[in-house]
Amino acid sequence: MSLTPTKQPIIPRIKRETIRKLLARGERIDGRRFDEYRPIKAYLNPIPKAEGSALVRLGNTIVMTGVKIEVGTPFPDRPEEGVLQVNAEFVPLASPTFEPGPPDEFAIEAARVVDRNLREPRAVRLEDLVIIPGKKVWIVFNDIYLLDHDGNIIDAGMLSTMLALNTARIPSIVSIEGDNVVVDKRNKDKKLGINLNVVTVSIGIINDYLLVDPGLEEELVLDGKITIGFDEKGRITGIQRTGMHGIPSNMIDNIISLASRKAAELHSYLREVLNNPTTYSKTLAEIMKSEG
Amino acid sequence: MMHEKPVLIREDGLRHDGRRPDELRPIKMEVGVLSNADGSAYVEFGGTKVLAAVYGPREVHPRHLALPDRALLRCRYHMAPFSTMDRKSPAPSRREIELSKVIREALESLIFVDLYPRTSIDIFIEVLQADGGTRTTGLTAASLALADAGIPMRDLAAGVAVGKIDGVLVLDIDEVEDEYGEADMPIGYAPSIDEIVLLQLNGVLSLDEFRQALELAKKGATMIYKMMKETLHNKYLRILSEE
Repeated sequence: MSLTPTKQPIIPRIKRETIRKLLARGERIDGRRFDEYRPIKAYLNPIPKAEGSALVRLGNTIVMTGVKIEVGTPFPDRPEEGVLQVNAEFVPLASPTFEPGPPDEFAIEAARVVDRNLREPRAVRLEDLVIIPGKKVWIVFNDIYLLDHDGNIIDAGMLSTMLALNTARIPSIVSIEGDNVVVDKRNKDKKLGINLNVVTVSIGIINDYLLVDPGLEEELVLDGKITIGFDEKGRITGIQRTGMHGIPSNMIDNIISLASRKAAELHSYLREVLNNPTTYSKTLAEIMKSEG
Repeated sequence: MMHEKPVLIREDGLRHDGRRPDELRPIKMEVGVLSNADGSAYVEFGGTKVLAAVYGPREVHPRHLALPDRALLRCRYHMAPFSTMDRKSPAPSRREIELSKVIREALESLIFVDLYPRTSIDIFIEVLQADGGTRTTGLTAASLALADAGIPMRDLAAGVAVGKIDGVLVLDIDEVEDEYGEADMPIGYAPSIDEIVLLQLNGVLSLDEFRQALELAKKGATMIYKMMKETLHNKYLRILSEE
């Protein structure tokens, strides 16, 4: 059952008013322009043991995604395809309001939004993941791990997911005897096939103002939020409206145009990182030292 | 098992069930269908059959969940085990958890929640038979049940899904069109205040297609909204005539 959230972080009324008042002067609480993302820093392969991994800092939000690739059985209705499984964990170390336990509706929603934006444009080449048709396929487990929550988890999660999948390598198969597949996980030879990259852009709405990449304090005073996915060809790959207020329908056009412009920026950053893997590969110790 | 993709748009331009691209399925609505609930509604979009019940505003259990300045909204979207081709486990799936959330958020924006502090308003949606568009049918039914319960709202939300099938944008897709189509875009629309309260897109659309899809969805939702108002109106006429 879905409940009106009761455990949101408290935001003082004075700050709430400040955030809203500043908007009228064209300013945001952290000094950004309305259409400006917080600084983004991406790192590849912080977890060498995973088949693929990436860590993204979006301002103070930190999200890590780890990819594990294992042998499993295909879905009966898709015998000629591997399986992609996206999961998100909002672990309690990431926020004073998170509690241990199975993923809540926010984590489930975030994972499903990322999943749909990958699945619908066929971003991952699942058809390449068949080992024995109908019996054994590769299962790609994409786990989004939120480490520090300062808002806009979905965009950071999508970005780290896309980077982790791009770095992922499939373990080598030692032998196949009947239905028994023996795998050597230390030996990863083939790259996971990616058809195209996808990013999401989240836009917060307060009165008539559109705020790109809302931070946590802004999220708490937003009227509503909308997350739109775009592939590298500029097509829309998914939409999710969230929040407790409706969106005036005459604002939708502006929201979509703004999101499409910001998506192009995220795609060029994504390309920059993927084209220079050595520059962006860091150990976890180095990342934790770098203070964002 | 994998089935061959059926023809979704026939040579005469009509859909697999003979509808025009901008045509809704036959819709049936009834309010006040359950005696225990404070408000209830039954809504049918073709083969999709949904019951919604509202309890409240009532005392919150457990009490620590009560909010001092507004009503607590609780919403459960649930599919009956027999509603689908293969039996669905009655335990809530990740899909149902997400849909409960998006429907709750759609209704949060419409209900005057600050009129009922320290209470809960509980909304239960049971999909009895699923044939595509269950979340939008559920939202429509929940809106009617809330109105039937006499809970003040800024507007009613009408739900409908637009799809892209064989390259054509169509209104109110059913299960076959959802399964084999290229995109499914459910929306919840409150026509009198011109607000979008639910919007999701599963699938790939160009910017232009999205704009057309949204217009088509609003047109469809406005037709559904008229039926909703008539349904409520008829209920009160019936009460009047019984007095």
